[in-house]
Amino acid sequence: MRYIPNSPTERAEMLREIGCPTIEALFRPIPEKFRLRAPLRLPPARSEAELLAFFRELAARNAAATEYAIFLGAGAYHHFIPSVVDALISRAEFFTVYTPYQPEIAQGTLQALFEYQTLICQLTGMDVANASLYDGSTALAEAVLMAERVTRRRDILMARSVHPEYQEVVRTYTRALDLNVRLLDYDPETGSLSMRTLAPDAETAAVIIQSPNFFGIIEDIAAVAERAHEVGALLIVAITEPISLGLLRPPGELGADIVVGEGQSFGIPLSFGGPYLGLFATREQFVRQMPGRIVGQAFDSQGRRGFVMTLATREQYIRREKATSNICTSQELCAIMAAIYLSTLGPRGLHEVAEQNVQKAAYLAREIARQSGFHLRFSGSHFNEFVVHSDRPVIQVLEKLRERKILGGLPLERYYPELRECFLVCVTEVITRPVLETYLRVLDEL
Amino acid sequence: MTIMPCQVSREEALIFERSRPGRTAYSLPPLDVPTVPLETVVESRFLRTDHLAGMPEVSEVDVVRHFTRLSRWNYAVDVGMYPLGSCTMKYNPKVNERIARLEGFAQHHPLTPEELSQGSLQVLKMLEEMLCEITGMAAGCLQPAAGAHGELTGLLLIRACLEARGDPRKKVLIPDSAHGTNPASAAICGYHVQTIPSNERGLIDVDALRRAADHEVAALMLTNPNTLGLFEEEIEEIVHIMHEAGGLVYMDGANMNALVGVARPGDMGVDVLHLNIHKTFSTPHGGGGPGAGPVLVTEELEPFLPVPRIVRRTDGTLTLEHDRPHSIGRVRAFYGHFGVLVRGLSYILTMGPEGLREVAEAAVLNANYLAHHLKDIYEIPYPGPVMHEVVFSDKRQRAYGVRNVDIAKRLIDYGFHPPTMSFPLIVPGALMVEPTETESREELDLFIEAMKAIDRECRENPDLVRTAPHRTRLGRLDEVSAARRPVLRWRPEGQKAPSQESRADAPQGSAVSPNS
Repeated sequence: MRYIPNSPTERAEMLREIGCPTIEALFRPIPEKFRLRAPLRLPPARSEAELLAFFRELAARNAAATEYAIFLGAGAYHHFIPSVVDALISRAEFFTVYTPYQPEIAQGTLQALFEYQTLICQLTGMDVANASLYDGSTALAEAVLMAERVTRRRDILMARSVHPEYQEVVRTYTRALDLNVRLLDYDPETGSLSMRTLAPDAETAAVIIQSPNFFGIIEDIAAVAERAHEVGALLIVAITEPISLGLLRPPGELGADIVVGEGQSFGIPLSFGGPYLGLFATREQFVRQMPGRIVGQAFDSQGRRGFVMTLATREQYIRREKATSNICTSQELCAIMAAIYLSTLGPRGLHEVAEQNVQKAAYLAREIARQSGFHLRFSGSHFNEFVVHSDRPVIQVLEKLRERKILGGLPLERYYPELRECFLVCVTEVITRPVLETYLRVLDEL
Repeated sequence: MTIMPCQVSREEALIFERSRPGRTAYSLPPLDVPTVPLETVVESRFLRTDHLAGMPEVSEVDVVRHFTRLSRWNYAVDVGMYPLGSCTMKYNPKVNERIARLEGFAQHHPLTPEELSQGSLQVLKMLEEMLCEITGMAAGCLQPAAGAHGELTGLLLIRACLEARGDPRKKVLIPDSAHGTNPASAAICGYHVQTIPSNERGLIDVDALRRAADHEVAALMLTNPNTLGLFEEEIEEIVHIMHEAGGLVYMDGANMNALVGVARPGDMGVDVLHLNIHKTFSTPHGGGGPGAGPVLVTEELEPFLPVPRIVRRTDGTLTLEHDRPHSIGRVRAFYGHFGVLVRGLSYILTMGPEGLREVAEAAVLNANYLAHHLKDIYEIPYPGPVMHEVVFSDKRQRAYGVRNVDIAKRLIDYGFHPPTMSFPLIVPGALMVEPTETESREELDLFIEAMKAIDRECRENPDLVRTAPHRTRLGRLDEVSAARRPVLRWRPEGQKAPSQESRADAPQGSAVSPNS
């Protein structure tokens, strides 16, 4: 076996050297009756060439972005990834290392994570960020648990326009701790949070909104923050499309107390849903309640600057059941990908990508709205996603687009039964004008 | 023995400090649609006004040099032995990287219609079925993002199962040798944690377990082999006690590398376990993730698994089943770390059944080889026959004023990554060494020599060890000061941290008690 360096002969010599009669004898602590007599029922070992052929065949059964134009967003976005990202993170010194427990030989990971934390603070307008959580949905669940710790209150108000799968994850986490989650409706006209339904009280730990929300609509964060803060509740803002931060006012400027998000848009491939990157940022005053790894600056005895994992007394390996989270392995490599992506784009690149997303989405939205039988469902400001209402059955529309190698959008009926005539469309910078025209032509031909 | 330099001594400023106005590293095609003023699409009050000030402006060459230089300050598995106990730092096969990057996988959107996602669904289904065969369990869920997330999921399943039995319970039993995630996960699930002591051999104290296993106990969380590298020989009795008491057995499969192809937790009566794909199944650890922590369960717990489940239709195609009334719900958006899971499947297919057994054999042999050659130099507080790892202590070296952390730092000078030290808590001054099967005999011999040399240094020149490392770019960093006055981000010269400013927009209300 090529991954096991020692040959069978060498292994036999090592056994002799340690005075063990057989390999089997090494396993004598395992009761005889539990030791397998026959090999596992698994396919026989494949050579490297066979393996590649096998997986190429499987990969070809998927409709990937190379073959199809993807107008699907909803928490995972197809953006262009500069070549430097994969080239740099593929270096074994980033790839084949673990959590930087030994800072003297992990300064590369630590400094890159410190830079990542800084970038997330700059983009969100928050004071501090951690070194990543699993993904946007679990970061939101962790934010809810943190809000409970900070406020000692047990009611959560969550907008229905938060990504439905994020809502499900929050419910899974909160059910175990008996926190109460109440949903806030969206305004049927604008698609943003209905301020009429927002009535936090002295029991409210947190109000959760997403912006841009699941329908692509930009929320009035400042107004929601004011309402939450009046009763001492925290405002949690979730972001599934962080490219929007290239253009939109950062939630930290608008009163958010915790900002969580999905960082996949920052240079991480779609990969059928993961691994992605959980963003988590908050105010300085809550830093000791934050979950996850945090990297901080430190100095050696010569006064030279370095970086270490810090505030470890929050963490499971010190505090055990009193830790702020159970998280151990998180998404450090994905965080480094985001740091490289954002460094590559810089302020102007990020702004330009964000603007291209807005303009392309706005163009398609305008043109679709002009077609008979289609209109935009909501009137609020949107970023790169919008909801289309169709007089024809949604499935039929999307089927027609698919015939032209276009994955035209996400039917919303499964998530919002009242929106069964609607689908969610996402346009990113990778969609070209000819594809947009094809899209419009298909709708026109219906 | 010569000490190898393992670092490049080179200063590298923060990317922000390298920023120069006007530099760029990106390129975008021209915008090819008719544009409208931004304010007509997005209300101007929603638009950012800070011009993203502070973000770095650098060229592509700057980016490449910067991150390449940073990377060279890291020690990695591809550089040498990384015996971080319980982390299973084995070799990460290169072909798996190629497979994860196939465009059909890497560019596959998770909400693509099922008919156009059969390749990825097949990957997930195959892996789930193979993990069931490897562990002897009935069904599984690949959603959990890492081991601790798998623990959380597993405990939620136990909770749901006991509630369905009409017998919800409050306590989770955890041996004192367990990893810190176990009690932390139990707490998140709303359970009270009761610690079970180890006996003089380092195994779970079965009598203590018997006493603790009352009608309030939901589950025992058992790591097997445990964090001392010892197999819980009384596993049958342990499982029996728990089941008799009406509780379930959760197994932390972090140490599955010792068992794969040799024995199966399912055959031992375990009800739920998680695996770490980034440990046993060779996927890269990435500096602390991404990992993957699939959960495997018995028939009884299957109805409670997270949604969606991947099920096979009669025509052989795969579909995502969302409507499962007993499910605990989702634990993550989409379907888990597909990009990690596909590497894990690739590994299993490369090894085959015989290869997987060989993994466990070679891993256990390597650990025993280290134990044999070092047992006279470093104390092994629980000297049973070890499995995949061996835990030494610094007891003998402490006589010279040297502690485990000093020995660990000195190992860096000898070109090795240090062992795990933060646990097991039952061994003061622990040095938990897990070589894995992917270390050659020469590498093990070098490690043994280094450990012997350090022991000599402890006696002859303890200061040399106490002040190690000496060959790295930086010396030991002052972690105490770093935690006392945390600096967690870069700020431009002259810009104050917000704690020094008054914040008018901070949340009001007496309930908010920061830093509590």
